[in-house]
Amino acid sequence: MMNAILGGAIIGIAVSLMLFLNGRVTGISGIVAGIISPKKGDMIWRVFFLTGLILGGFILRIFYAQSFEQISNAKTIDYVIAGLLVGFGTIMSGGCTSGHGVCGISRLSLRSILATVTFIFFGIVSVQVFKLVRGAL
Amino acid sequence: MKNVIALMVGFIFALGLGLGGMTQVQNVRGFLDIFGAFNPALMGVMIGAIGVHSILYFLIMKRAVPLLDAKFHVPTRKDIDKKLLTGAAIFGIGWGWAGICPGPGIVALVSGNINILYFVLSMFVGMQLYKLLESKLIKLGF
Repeated sequence: MMNAILGGAIIGIAVSLMLFLNGRVTGISGIVAGIISPKKGDMIWRVFFLTGLILGGFILRIFYAQSFEQISNAKTIDYVIAGLLVGFGTIMSGGCTSGHGVCGISRLSLRSILATVTFIFFGIVSVQVFKLVRGAL
Repeated sequence: MKNVIALMVGFIFALGLGLGGMTQVQNVRGFLDIFGAFNPALMGVMIGAIGVHSILYFLIMKRAVPLLDAKFHVPTRKDIDKKLLTGAAIFGIGWGWAGICPGPGIVALVSGNINILYFVLSMFVGMQLYKLLESKLIKLGF
């Protein structure tokens, strides 16, 4: 639990740096969406951000390999279905766990609070349905 | 310079996700599995992240502008619409189904697990699909 809170605090520092220096909200789905349908002059920083995420992934893989140990009954088709829904839903609602969940709640945005309650509720339902369909998580 | 900052923020963000256990699907789904083997890691991450950022947010926003940009690009909408809640519901179903949201998905691309790659590619398709259908959905009242 201490690692979780510490990891969260590091995320809090990261998104605060982004706001303080670049004036941006660190919403991952929004940053990705701006690459998929780019506007002029608003693209490069997004690519740099994603590159940073992936570089961080490499460092984790080298020094903290356990962070990629996955335990799941999900099949490839489950990952495809989940990806489609996550992509569609995050753009439709204008944010994901980072944009709504961390940044939005921190500034007490009602939209983000309601979005977060909604996606957690449906996440709970989804996990229950998954257990019925695949036997276990 | 702003690009370097973005790279650095992405890098730090990824380390936070990894340390917090958010790149492991079992921790994310464990948090959502409230009737099963509940795992509080995601709650801990949210407490840490919101705890730090909520304080720093209000300190930072005392400034008129950010350090390296002409203005803050922070959402200001306050209306609650069907699009927001329907989108969040769809996202939640996908999130619980695999235990991955956009950030951890991209970080875990280097994990060597091919299913993560399928997830991220499908996520791009899902985003594009929404853009294609957006005008139709608006006509339907979203």
